[in-house]
Amino acid sequence: MSLVPKFLRPAPPRPAERDGAAPTPAQRAKANAAEGGAGLVGYLDERTGASPFLRGFLFRKVPKGTNWFYTLGSATMFAFVSQAVTGVFLAMYYNPDPTRAYTSAAHITNDVFLGELVRGMHRWGATVMIVLIFLHMGRTFVFGAYKYPRELNWVIGVVLIVLTLMMGLTGYLLPFDQRSFWATVVGVNINASGPIMGPYLADFMRGGAEFGESTLSRFYAMHMMLIPGLIGALIGAHLYLVSKLGTSAPPWLKAEKKSLKREEI
Amino acid sequence: MADLPDKHTRKSRYTAERGTPGAFEGETVTRRGLMTGGALAAGGIASAAFGLPALGFALGPMFERAAPETWQDVGGEADFNDETYVPVVMNLVPSIGEAGKTTVYVRRFNVGRDAERNSDLPYVAISTRCAHLGCPVRYIQASQRFVCPCHGGVYDFEGKVDGGPPVRPLDRFYTRVRGGRVEVGDRFSVNSELERFPHPRDPSNHIDGLWQYLYPGRPST
Repeated sequence: MSLVPKFLRPAPPRPAERDGAAPTPAQRAKANAAEGGAGLVGYLDERTGASPFLRGFLFRKVPKGTNWFYTLGSATMFAFVSQAVTGVFLAMYYNPDPTRAYTSAAHITNDVFLGELVRGMHRWGATVMIVLIFLHMGRTFVFGAYKYPRELNWVIGVVLIVLTLMMGLTGYLLPFDQRSFWATVVGVNINASGPIMGPYLADFMRGGAEFGESTLSRFYAMHMMLIPGLIGALIGAHLYLVSKLGTSAPPWLKAEKKSLKREEI
Repeated sequence: MADLPDKHTRKSRYTAERGTPGAFEGETVTRRGLMTGGALAAGGIASAAFGLPALGFALGPMFERAAPETWQDVGGEADFNDETYVPVVMNLVPSIGEAGKTTVYVRRFNVGRDAERNSDLPYVAISTRCAHLGCPVRYIQASQRFVCPCHGGVYDFEGKVDGGPPVRPLDRFYTRVRGGRVEVGDRFSVNSELERFPHPRDPSNHIDGLWQYLYPGRPST
């Protein structure tokens, strides 16, 4: 049995294509293949029903004119996955304690095998993700892809951008050097400048009136668990809506359609 | 079709009149409805049982009073004068470690130049947190002014705003002398008349004029 998953194999023959004669061995083999392998992949496929889902999700019809700009969303998601993976491994060495945070970050860079690379990927990947998410947003805006019926997906996307920026704010403190410390002090003070709620928001972020010990662990917990969890869940919703509603055609295809219509008449 | 309840009885609050099979006399809630509501309520209570304490745990610091007062020795009386500021380095929160070290400018109270209302503090200790967004200001002796590098906030010798975006004078610290040593205590904010507010406000929070009502004092400060 082939290990090729079911959804990558040719579709099974339609009953009408078969004639009344007994199937040839080749035809039988083809029919078996179409029904799923007996191996592990086939078993999992049969139990989970992954094939129909993946066939619809990965091989859905896309409009004519789909181009490389449509890959910016996937690129952003890939950047997020890379941040998640490198972040999990950085957390194995990092220590969110005010007196040890800086030395543990320096330890990652200077001593740990490939530490400089992994930390660098996380640090530069953060910037890449911000750039990509805004390019993706720009593509959606310029192509008019935010319009009915995809407006809810735009809203989810905006929340994702805000959460990504919050990742940037919370992650910036973690190296705990002078730059990250004072930049975060200013960042929290900017939140405090909002009327009425601002000071309370700043108190929540700092874990009190002063920028203290609990601020670092708070930012660490938000950066590690709270915001990535929300981002992951919202990416799921975002993708679900993309697959449910489909992607929109680029705006310049309109004219082509009209000419088509005229031909039909 | 005839035994189907008409519009009126379908809306009746009694299950018996709505035609629910096996309904009791005077019963208003279906058993299915009761089970659904009960299950939802149980789930809600169970979620609240861990959710509310967790939320309070995270939000609690917003409503707690600031840390108890601390006094930090910053030098002998001979180290300071009343004409210029001497920078001292200290931690506002002792546990914050190396990264949180901050500069405080200290000078002796100057009878001629300082406002009478602050004469109970023997030393003037000025916080370097700009009242705009909290960047570190620097004292320049030649112009006798504090200057913020971020957005060009300027303060005079007393820490009052001279120009730029800051909304109030620089914060100060309580000071005292113990056995010939100058000690710096808690931070407090002052308004444009150098009137003391008991606790520090965040930078950018107005404490003058109508704007102060948009930035009310909060439990933690």
